[in-house]
Amino acid sequence: MRHALVLCAAAGLAAGLAGQPAVAQSDDRTAAEFDKFREVLEEANPAELWELKGEELWKTRRGPKNASLEQCDLGLGPGVVKGAYVQMPRYFADTGKVMDAEQRIVHCMITLQGFKYEELAKAPFSRGNYTPDPVSIVTYVAAQSREMKIAVPQSHPKERETYEIGKQIFYYRAGPWDFSCASCHGEDGLRIRTQNLPNFTKPGAQAARSFIGWPGYRMTGGVMHSLQWRMNDCFRQQRFPEPGYASDTIAALLTYMGVNSNGELYRGPGIKR
Amino acid sequence: MGDPMKIRARLQGDVADVRVLMAHPMETGQRKDPSGKVIPAHFIKEIRAELNGKPVFEAQISQAVSRNPVFAFRVKGAKAGDKLRITWEDNTGDKRTDEITVGG
Repeated sequence: MRHALVLCAAAGLAAGLAGQPAVAQSDDRTAAEFDKFREVLEEANPAELWELKGEELWKTRRGPKNASLEQCDLGLGPGVVKGAYVQMPRYFADTGKVMDAEQRIVHCMITLQGFKYEELAKAPFSRGNYTPDPVSIVTYVAAQSREMKIAVPQSHPKERETYEIGKQIFYYRAGPWDFSCASCHGEDGLRIRTQNLPNFTKPGAQAARSFIGWPGYRMTGGVMHSLQWRMNDCFRQQRFPEPGYASDTIAALLTYMGVNSNGELYRGPGIKR
Repeated sequence: MGDPMKIRARLQGDVADVRVLMAHPMETGQRKDPSGKVIPAHFIKEIRAELNGKPVFEAQISQAVSRNPVFAFRVKGAKAGDKLRITWEDNTGDKRTDEITVGG
């Protein structure tokens, strides 16, 4: 019995050594199967449930000021939702800074509806059966840019400045592990366990994997997550101090990755493992 | 009352390709919360679909089905303008019904 085991192991080793190209091929096949799996999932993405909920939240009069968000300016004029998500983060003259989608929605909830930032920032991420309102609203807004090209603007000087700040944050190495975003997402062909890591410094399809698929429904736990959560989790994984909810730091990072994603097709809210 | 379902019906000839997305926690009754208390079972027991008031699909399901489940089935003899009504009922007696117009 023991003999047989050793033999098996030896055979496996030999096959492994001789079969370098074969290994690569099976990797491709695995990736192709995963793509097929994702396609099936995208046809029936529970994210649509949050789209419905977000739409209701957008149109309902709520908050201390009893107002809806239909006067919220997402950059294309008050109340214009169609195509707004793929053109954010962008510069807003009323606040004098570049804001990402969720940050802007939070801004509208505060200024139009009278909600308090402290209240919204208390538990800003989905958990169990709880989904924060801004996450549902982002999902609704994002869905109104389905099948549109990503076009994060760089025409205002502030937008170009924010891109540069985002780039610096992306490459900033710090923390107990001397990590940066670029440690995982600044090179081709890296992976963590079975997860292939896209290179966000490479404009186009690679970088767009930071944009496409978000906000996303996560099958683990069955919750809806926005990019605010994803960025927060990246900071946690790097052992960085936690960034503020809907902060300018996150907006700058999203500007950097968003601009690098320009030109690619956004497919609407996504679905993740 | 539950949250709204998302129902889609695509006509291919006289066959409607129906997809229903339901918002439900689908708790098994096997899980425990962080304090060690069992989270009570809460799952959809029964699903019914009616086309213009006539039952066309019925399913009895249980805990094994995932959270926020999706169901897909085909209905023969459907035409544009038909009313498709879907109802689920869970083990706590909670119910939800949504209706769409086929091809609308």
